[in-house]
Amino acid sequence: MAKQLIFLFVLLITLGVFAWTMSRIFSFFNLTKSAFPVRNIGKRINITLKVAIGQSKILRWPFTGLLHALVFWGFMVITFGSFEMVIDGLAGTERVLGTFGIVYDIIIGSGDVFAAIVLIAILVFLARRLFLSIGRFKGEEIKTISKIDANIALTMILLLMVSLLGMNIGYVALHGNNQIGVYPVSQWLAGYITSGMTIYGANIFHEVNWWAHILLIFIFANILPYSKHFHVFTSIPNVFLSRLEPLGYLPNMGNVMNEVKLMMNPEAANVEAPPISRFGVKDVEDTSWKNYADALACTECGRCTAVCPAAITGKKLSPRKIFVDLRARMKEKGPGLIKNGIDYSDNKSLIRDYISEEELWACTTCNACAQECPININHPTLILDMRRYLVMEEAAAPAGLNMMFTNIENNGAPWQRGPEERLEWTESLNA
Amino acid sequence: MTHTIKVPIMADLSQQGTKPEYLYWVGCAGAFDDRYQKVARAFVKILHHLGVSYAILGKEETCNGDPARRAGNEMLFHMQAAQVVQLLTRYEVKKMITTCPHCFNIFLNEYPDVGWRGEVIHHSQFLQQMIDEGKLKVPKDMFNNQKVVFHDPCYLGRGNNIYDAPRQVIDALETDRVEMPRNKSFALCCGAGGAQMFKEAEPGSKEVYAERTEEALATNAGIIATACPFCMTMLTDGIKYKNKEEEVKNLDIAEMIASSLGL
Repeated sequence: MAKQLIFLFVLLITLGVFAWTMSRIFSFFNLTKSAFPVRNIGKRINITLKVAIGQSKILRWPFTGLLHALVFWGFMVITFGSFEMVIDGLAGTERVLGTFGIVYDIIIGSGDVFAAIVLIAILVFLARRLFLSIGRFKGEEIKTISKIDANIALTMILLLMVSLLGMNIGYVALHGNNQIGVYPVSQWLAGYITSGMTIYGANIFHEVNWWAHILLIFIFANILPYSKHFHVFTSIPNVFLSRLEPLGYLPNMGNVMNEVKLMMNPEAANVEAPPISRFGVKDVEDTSWKNYADALACTECGRCTAVCPAAITGKKLSPRKIFVDLRARMKEKGPGLIKNGIDYSDNKSLIRDYISEEELWACTTCNACAQECPININHPTLILDMRRYLVMEEAAAPAGLNMMFTNIENNGAPWQRGPEERLEWTESLNA
Repeated sequence: MTHTIKVPIMADLSQQGTKPEYLYWVGCAGAFDDRYQKVARAFVKILHHLGVSYAILGKEETCNGDPARRAGNEMLFHMQAAQVVQLLTRYEVKKMITTCPHCFNIFLNEYPDVGWRGEVIHHSQFLQQMIDEGKLKVPKDMFNNQKVVFHDPCYLGRGNNIYDAPRQVIDALETDRVEMPRNKSFALCCGAGGAQMFKEAEPGSKEVYAERTEEALATNAGIIATACPFCMTMLTDGIKYKNKEEEVKNLDIAEMIASSLGL
């Protein structure tokens, strides 16, 4: 009974802190603008199954992709056991879901195997971060704290797997032939670890690992929202909320279209359209909920930057940095905006204080970043929205582009060539 | 037997009370870029060879606003788009062929937002269809198993998932087609997209076009095939920069087909 009460107390604290953090993070969504209506649920489920559950995009990089996929699939199976632990903890039962029989055996058995696989994968990940020099893990936006963050999360997962196996080993040692569930790896490990143990020793071994595992889960769940590893929660929803248009599509600015129509033909335009408060994106309150969701889901894996033509050729742009900056800026300005209203200013902005014009103008909109992102973050759309701000509110385009604008305005072509020359190429055409 | 080709103009046809099946949207590069004019010429030669019913807008064509939009000038884009939509509506254009993936993308994906919706086909798709349907038969001896490497334009490939059409067009010819390490959805941009074509590149350690050209040259292909005017400019510059103009040619897939037909 005491154990149940302690468990309930710890669970309530965990859920309470988690709910508080979530409400804080999610309140920032109220500051963002609309992006697109979430329709086509069937298509979205398909994408989620393929990209999130099937890990199709992370597998584009086969080696690390497979390791990640194994960790992900492992987590999905292992979570079933964690759920059971919460029930057991509250009800004072042991392996209560064992009543599912063969289904339970399969899930718990594969969870036991996955624990070992995840443990090995995490060791590889840690080794890559600690002992290898991998370009993808470097960059201006990857501060020392980000590196520590990554290593803490990996260490926690490692400990989670060690304690899970420990718990299973203890369980096998205690119950021998009449155990519920199957434990292929732990059964084998028990032969080495608990063979000489007394029942009393095995009991303590099991209990320590049980508590260690569940407490680590509770702590991990509450650290995640403050870490890039928040993606454990956010990436599946983010994939579900993917933009569905082809990557080449750029969203229309209906207000600008309306203004132009009004200019050209006052009667044709829809006079109901709301006034434009800002052209494009200057700061966090101009971004869309999708941009912010992307920022929360970004794991800083750097696949986007690794394939960016600008980044590859030494230019300042790093697509990953755009979303790392957005997340940091929201954390900085969000509370002030909520407290003081949408007109609040701290005399800083996402553009310039975080993201320089040089970065924004280096983008070729080639969409390699968006193609590569394992969780369907769309970088070019946000970069373009910031260009829209620079051009339409500040007229701050590079000289070459201003020339191009003038040419289009004057001759209807980006070059200084007039419409009367448009047929030159058809002259003396023989076949 | 040579004969002069007269490219049909939409306004003329309209005056005669006829309407072509396709509008060929030439694009600013096709009209004005010295190198890409040759691609436009090669493509209309193929259209005549096939007897396709088409016309161009000629002097009425104007920029569809894509470079302005990609550079952030949404206002200018909409001013151009309004004019273009008016033109397309006036001539009741239902099917359009483009030789530029940027024009292709904006008409296909973004013009429905501004008031024109129709069938938009990139010339790589059009040529592939004609080959598939058996209408376009190409003699195979022209390229003699020459090594060809295809560079994916971003707005055709990643932008719209068209990877196979241009490759199938090349494969209709007898070539030894090879791939760069970064190909299809992994392809590296030529460096010209997103209005980069019209501005100086930001400071860096290297030009994007040099990086991509080196990758293409490393395949030892004698022909770097493209299907985009901007890619062509960049890769042609890259080949010059690497002093390989003697050994390596940069051709559009339409030029390859036209030359195999002796057009």
